[in-house]
Amino acid sequence: MFKKFAPKEEISSQAKTKSSVQRAIRAKLLEQYPALNPYADVILPKKAPMVLIKCKDNISMIMMNDTYLFFQTFDGPYYPTLQLLHKYPDIMPKVQVDKGAIKFVMAGANIMCPGLTSPGASLDAGIPKGTPVAVMAEGKEHAVAIGLMMMSSDEIMKLRKGVGIEPVTYLGDGLYKVCAEAALSALAHAESDSE
Amino acid sequence: MSEDERSESGETEWPQTRVLENTLYCGVCHLPPEYCTWGPNPAKCKVWLRDNHPDMFTVLWNDADLTAELEQLQISEAKASETAPTLTPKQKKKAEQAKRVTIKRVERTKRKCVVIVTGLDKFEPDLKRVAKLFAQRLATGASVTKCPQGGEEITVQGDCQDDIYDIVLDKFPNVPEEVIELTEDTKSKKKSGGA
Ligand SMILES: [Zn+2]
Repeated sequence: MFKKFAPKEEISSQAKTKSSVQRAIRAKLLEQYPALNPYADVILPKKAPMVLIKCKDNISMIMMNDTYLFFQTFDGPYYPTLQLLHKYPDIMPKVQVDKGAIKFVMAGANIMCPGLTSPGASLDAGIPKGTPVAVMAEGKEHAVAIGLMMMSSDEIMKLRKGVGIEPVTYLGDGLYKVCAEAALSALAHAESDSE
Repeated sequence: MSEDERSESGETEWPQTRVLENTLYCGVCHLPPEYCTWGPNPAKCKVWLRDNHPDMFTVLWNDADLTAELEQLQISEAKASETAPTLTPKQKKKAEQAKRVTIKRVERTKRKCVVIVTGLDKFEPDLKRVAKLFAQRLATGASVTKCPQGGEEITVQGDCQDDIYDIVLDKFPNVPEEVIELTEDTKSKKKSGGA
């Protein structure tokens, strides 16, 4: 979805949300990611302006304090950016691909069932189809991608073939780069402010 | 767990997440260093990690022989600089055309002609100044016009193709001789040597 994402070309509007909208989004995010509740005032401070960035293909992104936090398509589920997920790694269900699948995941390929059922992989039972999941990788600490379950985990284990997870964002894709750059420039700002 | 239970029982009822502060990202490819292997330039990443986070370097690349790596890096960089311009023949051609300066002699009538200089705007931002220089040196008129393909060109009155060639070589050392192209546009099929 974000393979060639470059917001400069793709942003159609960028605006501060009204406070009522901000409250609604905040509530929805915390409902979807309840583990973030204790950190809500850090990640989604009530007083800071929330910027809603609308891009083409009906993607919208939520930014606060110059940091990209979440995105969604249409009014589908919110996904955290990988950077946010790296900081709060346990906010969503996890699946693990084997080492051999990493390079394909980082090329934006669909995650096939065998990559989720092989010895290096791990998959919890009971994850329903349509769940946003963190895609971890064998032997790695941080998530390699965020994806959407195209089958339930039980179906994946039963069928053992076909597309198990569709990637939404992955390390090194356009969105990831945009977030990384934003983080760097925010850091530079903070440093120059403290001087 | 319902909304009510959550708010009554407080934070402890929320699912827990770890908080990983200061996740390290590679200064070269911005991926977590454990993923640099699959990034665009792992050898460069390794050098960065060794110089900036030697502790992590030894963990991730414990058996890495850096001298070999550095050699490889130099080779790959040399290769990159060799291969970079030869992306595809089409792109190459485009890139070459983009940086080409043509000095074209255009016959207006049998005895009158103008010289059109295109492509100089890629090397010299102020074409008006250049036009003035041509006009002064050659005691003629010179004007800057927009070309139909985009960019700007200079039209110089009179049969002065060779003089302009000399001036360009003399006054614009940043324009390599090999990108300058001398062409001619004769309207009537000239009877060659028709004296
Ligand atoms: Zn790297």
